[in-house]
Amino acid sequence: MTGKNQSGLAVSAALAALGRPVLATLAAFGRVAIYAAQTIGHLARPPFYTREFLSALLHVGWLSLPVVGLTAIFTGGALALQIYAGGQRFNAEAVVPQIVAIGMVRELGPVLVGLMIAARVTSSIAAEIATMKVTEQIDALVTLSTNPMKYLTVPRVLAGTLTVPLLVAVGDIIGIMGGFLVATGQLGFNKATYIQTTLDFLETPDVVSSLVKGAVFGFIATLIGCYHGMASGRGAMGVGSATKTAVAAASILILAANFLLTSVMFTP
Amino acid sequence: MINLAGVTKSFGPKQVLRGIDLSLDRGQSLVVIGGSGTGKSVLLKCILGLVRPDAGLITLEGQNVLTAEREAFLARFGMLFQGGALFDSLKVWENVAFRLLRGPLKRPKAEAREIAIEKLRRVGLGPETADLFPAELSGGMQKRVGLARAIAAEPEIIFFDEPTTGLDPIMAGVINALIREIVTEMGATAITITHDMTSVRAIADRVAMLHDGVIRWTGPVAEMDSTPDPYVQQFIHGRATGPIAAVR
Repeated sequence: MTGKNQSGLAVSAALAALGRPVLATLAAFGRVAIYAAQTIGHLARPPFYTREFLSALLHVGWLSLPVVGLTAIFTGGALALQIYAGGQRFNAEAVVPQIVAIGMVRELGPVLVGLMIAARVTSSIAAEIATMKVTEQIDALVTLSTNPMKYLTVPRVLAGTLTVPLLVAVGDIIGIMGGFLVATGQLGFNKATYIQTTLDFLETPDVVSSLVKGAVFGFIATLIGCYHGMASGRGAMGVGSATKTAVAAASILILAANFLLTSVMFTP
Repeated sequence: MINLAGVTKSFGPKQVLRGIDLSLDRGQSLVVIGGSGTGKSVLLKCILGLVRPDAGLITLEGQNVLTAEREAFLARFGMLFQGGALFDSLKVWENVAFRLLRGPLKRPKAEAREIAIEKLRRVGLGPETADLFPAELSGGMQKRVGLARAIAAEPEIIFFDEPTTGLDPIMAGVINALIREIVTEMGATAITITHDMTSVRAIADRVAMLHDGVIRWTGPVAEMDSTPDPYVQQFIHGRATGPIAAVR
């Protein structure tokens, strides 16, 4: 074999090694996109499982409140300290209320709530559905004339899309409150002035963008949990792997979606 | 009633079903025997459409099961899964009455609960179990709840996947008698998968032996002991030596 042929084969092998994961990733995106389209398609068609939807509302929304609240209050407080310390370098300590408000509402509120939902809800959904798959409960649903997508996926995704914006709103308020407590308790800001400055500075598009991000992140977190649960392999390892992959995929997709949404909504 | 012709199914390089030909008449109880991993559960899942065969034709009263309207088709079936497959988040009675609480067979909640309790009684479980969750039951009780769920809507065709696995001999005898009774009383058509030869003799009208992806032998249960087929003889007598390799 000539040297030219050998180098040609090496290039071809390198391209194949590069191409395989790229194709696998594209195929995975394709499968998730099809699953998302099927879920949306089922949203408008009966039967609707009200009890499962209400249960999902409770688990995704209400039971996530403590973790969202704690995350937001500590982040808001830390943000106020950072902005104050950074602002001192160019005599701009007074911007703490404005930056805390805009930082929490536009970015940190939705992203942190999205990531906490990915950790708490996506993992729980993926593990639950994967366990159902491994123990033949999904097959049992089918034999009982019940479409697993309608019974398991649609209520969870709908609940995520509707409740995560509310969680984001709560997280935004608590985060701003965290900044307020630190700024007024530790940094000497006037309480009434802080609140007034925050309210004056925030605009409707800031709040709307926060809620839109929340809805998109809620959709992603619950959909990915359901998808990986349904696609789980066998046994305890299959369930563990599905859960781990779901949380990682949901977190990355949430951060990527955040960048895209920010680019669309705030690029001048 | 149910016909399979040339059904094949592979999972990756492993060919599980290599051409299954089998037929079952209405009201008949067929028991499929065969070693572990020979594709018995896959066979049932192919009939139900849970697994799509690679080739071959499966018909129910002449209609291809893959083209039948799914809801109406599945409404004719009940299935007891090997591990029970009860829904953890639902109470026992809600599991049993699952079909009666939603869909075309929906009944008022009180009536569905009453039917569930009656079905539980039929499988030897008292009304006090109705409000428990599956995780609070023993394996044998879960299996009986699974059986109650399978018969709750009085289906025409019932599949039993390893109905006595994991049960003590007395409870296995109770379940065998119950299955026979259900098939006789309800006039249901049944396919049971089992390794348990006591179950075979108690439940079967006909027996089919699945080995190496094909039906090796089929015939009335009365002829099973006298058949000269070496595979059947090795299996029913549990011999370590014979044409069926111990290491598969």
